[in-house]
Amino acid sequence: MGENIAAAGDSVPGLPLRKRIKWDLVALVASAAALYGLSLAFPQKGEMALEVSWEFFKEMVFILPAVLIVMGLFGVWVKREVVVRYLGRDSGIGGLFLAILLGTLPTGPLYVAFPLAAMLLKKGARVAGVMLFLSAWACIKLPQEIMELQFLGLEFTLLRLGLTVAVLIPMVLLAETLYHRGGSREMQPVNEEGAGEVETETVAGMENPGTSEENVPA
Amino acid sequence: MGMSTTSIVIDAFVAVCLILSLVKSREKTKTALLIAWNGMKRLVPSVLAVIAVIGLIVGFIPPKWIASSIGGESGFVGVLVAALIGSVLFIPAIIAFPLARSLLDMGAGVMAIAAFITTLTMIGFVFLPIEIKELGKRFALLRNGLSFVAALIIAVIIGLVLG
Repeated sequence: MGENIAAAGDSVPGLPLRKRIKWDLVALVASAAALYGLSLAFPQKGEMALEVSWEFFKEMVFILPAVLIVMGLFGVWVKREVVVRYLGRDSGIGGLFLAILLGTLPTGPLYVAFPLAAMLLKKGARVAGVMLFLSAWACIKLPQEIMELQFLGLEFTLLRLGLTVAVLIPMVLLAETLYHRGGSREMQPVNEEGAGEVETETVAGMENPGTSEENVPA
Repeated sequence: MGMSTTSIVIDAFVAVCLILSLVKSREKTKTALLIAWNGMKRLVPSVLAVIAVIGLIVGFIPPKWIASSIGGESGFVGVLVAALIGSVLFIPAIIAFPLARSLLDMGAGVMAIAAFITTLTMIGFVFLPIEIKELGKRFALLRNGLSFVAALIIAVIIGLVLG
């Protein structure tokens, strides 16, 4: 009876109904209905809410497809060995700083970073590096820092940024240790093999095209 | 902002990469676009839901509530409350930094404001479902949990130095 609920081909038949409901679609319908309903009930606040959502929607339309194409190109062209060398477990402190640097490139909201981060993990980047990449993406953005400087002053801004880098590095190293300890065995094949989504084997052995330098400097 | 300079630059950059890739290999470009398309299908419903939730938060939670819950309190409880509010809320920088300034002027502690700003920028609980979907529960919970601890440490140090 769950057949008609999960029409997509990627779901495994025989799963319990609870697992086959598309929860993201349920959340979408619920939140959109709440936004619409509340906006009708309170037109003044609703106008503000709809305007904010509309701004984010436009941002998504212009940035999400581009970032996903970058992810696809990265998956197809960048060799696994390159990622392992610069962002893998043996890349040391330099790899961690490279991860922060990649995260600070001005590229839109946090959610577009998640598929990129997943791709980096699949290609053999270390967990701590990917976590730093995401955290840097989230909290070190140039336009945002200008606002912080303006309203909270140079001392506060510099102290906060410096401490963020200094405190996050030991934190992600701890997180990485916890991640690999117990229970994470089933995650390993995903990281190692790319979950069948990207065939890294076919990528290996190809020459390096110009598109690779966007993410990993030679 | 919408079609901002940033998105124009990114889109142009991606277009150039795509053309280069197409010149190099048609098949590989096709695979890349397929990966992108699959990601799109996977992400769009949750991203749209998050966008609606952000609209709800910004539109229907009055800044006065935030001010009253962070403003008066001091000490570690105040810091913890500020950090929690910062992690759960999603406020654009345009609203967040002026709000933080006015809270400071109203007498809120530097430590609490630092906790608020740090968790606000570093932790987005609204994005957690997408992070779990893309990177797994273990990864997402570890990163967000330890980021929260990191934010508290950062706030305490800022408070001790500047307070």
